[in-house]
Amino acid sequence: MTDHKPDIDEVSGVETTGHSWDGIKELNTPLPRWWLFILYSTIVWAVIYMIFMPAIPALPGMGYTNTLGLRGHSDRALVAQDIAKLHTERNAASAKLLGASLSQIETDLDLQQFALAMGESAFGDNCATCHGAGGRGAKGYPMLADDVWLWDGTLTGIETTIRHGIRHMEDPATRLNAMPAFGRDGLLATSEIDDLVQYVLNISGREAAADAVNRAAPVFAQQCVVCHGADGKGNRALGAPNLTDRDWLFGGEPRDIQQTIFNARNAHMPAWQGRLDDATIKSLAVYVHSLGGGEK
Amino acid sequence: MSANTTLNERPGWGFSIGTVSLLVGAVAFGVLMIAANAADPMMAAHAWIFFFLAVTGLLVTGLWAGTLQKRNPFDPAFYEDTIVKFGVVAAMFWGIAGFLVGLIIALQLTFPNLFYFPDFGWTNFGRLRPLHTSAVIFAFGGNVLIATSFYVVQRTCRTRLAGGLWPWFVFWGYNLFICIAGTGYLLGVTQSKEYAEPEWYADLWLTIVWVAYLLVFLGTLWKRKEPHIYVANWFYLSFIVTIAMLHIVNNLAIPVSLTGSKSYQLFAGVQDALTQWWYGHNAVGFFLTTGFLAIMYYFIPKRVNRPVYSYRLSIVHFWSLIFIYIWAGPHHLHYTALPQWAQTLGMVFSVMLWMPSWGGMINGVMTLSGAWDKLRTDPVVRMMIVALAFYGMSTFEGPLMSVRAVNSLSHYTEWGIAHVHSGSMGWVGFISFGAIYCLVPWLWKRPALYSKALVEWHFWLATLGILFYIVAMYVAGIMEGFMWRAYNEFGFLEYAFIETVKAKHIMYAVRAGGGTLFLLGALLMAYNLVRTALGHGEARGDVETTPIAHNPALQPAE
Repeated sequence: MTDHKPDIDEVSGVETTGHSWDGIKELNTPLPRWWLFILYSTIVWAVIYMIFMPAIPALPGMGYTNTLGLRGHSDRALVAQDIAKLHTERNAASAKLLGASLSQIETDLDLQQFALAMGESAFGDNCATCHGAGGRGAKGYPMLADDVWLWDGTLTGIETTIRHGIRHMEDPATRLNAMPAFGRDGLLATSEIDDLVQYVLNISGREAAADAVNRAAPVFAQQCVVCHGADGKGNRALGAPNLTDRDWLFGGEPRDIQQTIFNARNAHMPAWQGRLDDATIKSLAVYVHSLGGGEK
Repeated sequence: MSANTTLNERPGWGFSIGTVSLLVGAVAFGVLMIAANAADPMMAAHAWIFFFLAVTGLLVTGLWAGTLQKRNPFDPAFYEDTIVKFGVVAAMFWGIAGFLVGLIIALQLTFPNLFYFPDFGWTNFGRLRPLHTSAVIFAFGGNVLIATSFYVVQRTCRTRLAGGLWPWFVFWGYNLFICIAGTGYLLGVTQSKEYAEPEWYADLWLTIVWVAYLLVFLGTLWKRKEPHIYVANWFYLSFIVTIAMLHIVNNLAIPVSLTGSKSYQLFAGVQDALTQWWYGHNAVGFFLTTGFLAIMYYFIPKRVNRPVYSYRLSIVHFWSLIFIYIWAGPHHLHYTALPQWAQTLGMVFSVMLWMPSWGGMINGVMTLSGAWDKLRTDPVVRMMIVALAFYGMSTFEGPLMSVRAVNSLSHYTEWGIAHVHSGSMGWVGFISFGAIYCLVPWLWKRPALYSKALVEWHFWLATLGILFYIVAMYVAGIMEGFMWRAYNEFGFLEYAFIETVKAKHIMYAVRAGGGTLFLLGALLMAYNLVRTALGHGEARGDVETTPIAHNPALQPAE
């Protein structure tokens, strides 16, 4: 390089590097001191952090996996500790809950609050996906906050449902019934199903075509009465719903009812025994029982 | 002058028209075979897309070759600007498409029942979300990077783009990749790796395109007429080289069959996760950071007509940035199965990354010394400086979020969404808008933009949009982070997950509002640019095209 006259930028008074690209020059401003200071500080901090925390992996044959750091910190150990601590905190109350009857839970305010807190938490994580927040239900997923029960609304009944599920075939104690798919399987003609829809509308107190209701009466007696009863009020022992009220799990419009008779629904709820511990299942039963319709 | 040079005499290593036709013909035949024997309908659809585009390419090349009797399309006396025009148009098209899909999925999250179309499965959030991210990052961002890099490398090397037809292959090949990727997401073709969703055949195609891109860029640097390589080109080169490396390693996979779309990753479990986030984080680092810093290093000094603040800072922050960035990926896997020493590594390198990142902001903002008035008078400059402000904000926030204690709150929440959008809309979006506002009058030879007032409108709409967006998401993120970890007095979780989702409804609505403003701004921009290209309003008149300047004083010794 030959000596050249320095090129000074007039505005800043700083020398440029002497090059120009498409008219762009560069000043030779030194690095900002504060910038350099913070850069070095972060490097120093990084080294210190690595001394105190697990940091440097070992080579094969060195006898350890990585430097553990002066603090001996281990996420794995801390998680185990936290879980153990939580379990100890809950253990006494959980044990008490397991042995308590409904009346005991209802009278022991502390126990009741604990059960409801545990149940609400478990419900949100496991049940709300289908039954909705607060058990408000949705089409195809029963509302749990009312007093309409398909199977059993007592504390032990609810607990059985949670424990063994509904139509959960891997569990021999599951709650089981099966309404035939009258249309799909050819048990009834389409016209007979249409008449039955009118019949169901009639017994649930709605407007229906009288001639269709009359035609359907013998079919209802022959096919439906076994489970739903002669008056159509259902049978809890069999899990057969009441057809005379205005509560409809799969919808009460004529088209919904037609679909139910034609295809049958036979929805499914998994068994929770084995997935949740006993105290959690009990607390869920208490929580669901408390939502509004729990029976003695 | 070289107007008389024939095709055979043109310099460089470009292929002849005949060779190109042969190659494209071979590709067309190959994909036709795959289309006929495809193992699944998705592969058949993609092979047909490839086939029709190859045939179209063949026809266009043939027609174009027929018009070349008189003039040399690769005249070395002039810059190759047509391809930059194509890149700018493609960037605006994909940008608006990407912002629109972003708005749609924001509305889906806000009103899940209203924007749910069960008859059109491909409109599900799960299909549209990668369409949005890829459209804005790779389609919009990628075309901005290809267009600006082709423009900048020619100017700062004072030579025409190398490689004859190859830059065109890069442009069309890249956009073909975008089409294959985008249609793939809608069809359900995905390898389920975030920001690396396209399947093996799209990845292979992109690898070929990317190597061509690298060679075109290197070839142009090689024949430069300036003694030194300008800083913007270091940044572009680091972006091109590193993306090639990341893309290849993270997409190592074995196809189930050569005629089927499905493949399996080479890595499994935590190794796969670490490779993915090594890729994912450095895509942010080398695609969205160094690539767009390159844009900053050319367009800001050029637009404000002031020298770059500090050459030394540009060297130190460039090398420290690319050295440190590549280690920071493990911070995406805090508190997971990743060994803790690797988490430590990711965290300390992220913290050390703070100042190297800020070096670019300092250099960009301080370049305005002596021209601060332009912030008031020139909305394009203001846009690029606000871009740097967002850049500074998110590169401070990044190291902060990589600290494990902070990460335990911020991770998996909307805070992350706020962070990436202040970076992507604020930094990447605004610096790109600024560069395109500069480029369009330059490329279409207009004295100015059609309307400065519309740029002002764009600036304020988009700035407000970003602020609405990120404030809403910060609030939502920190709120849900605390809700997730809230325990009641009995030691049970206070909130069910669905309650934390419900709590975000208003923030989601505000976010969608912010996105609407941002999209509106981009539409105004597109309108302004079209009127500029047409020479309306303040853009009336033509600027003469000048040949590449000769400057013997600065010629390197040969």
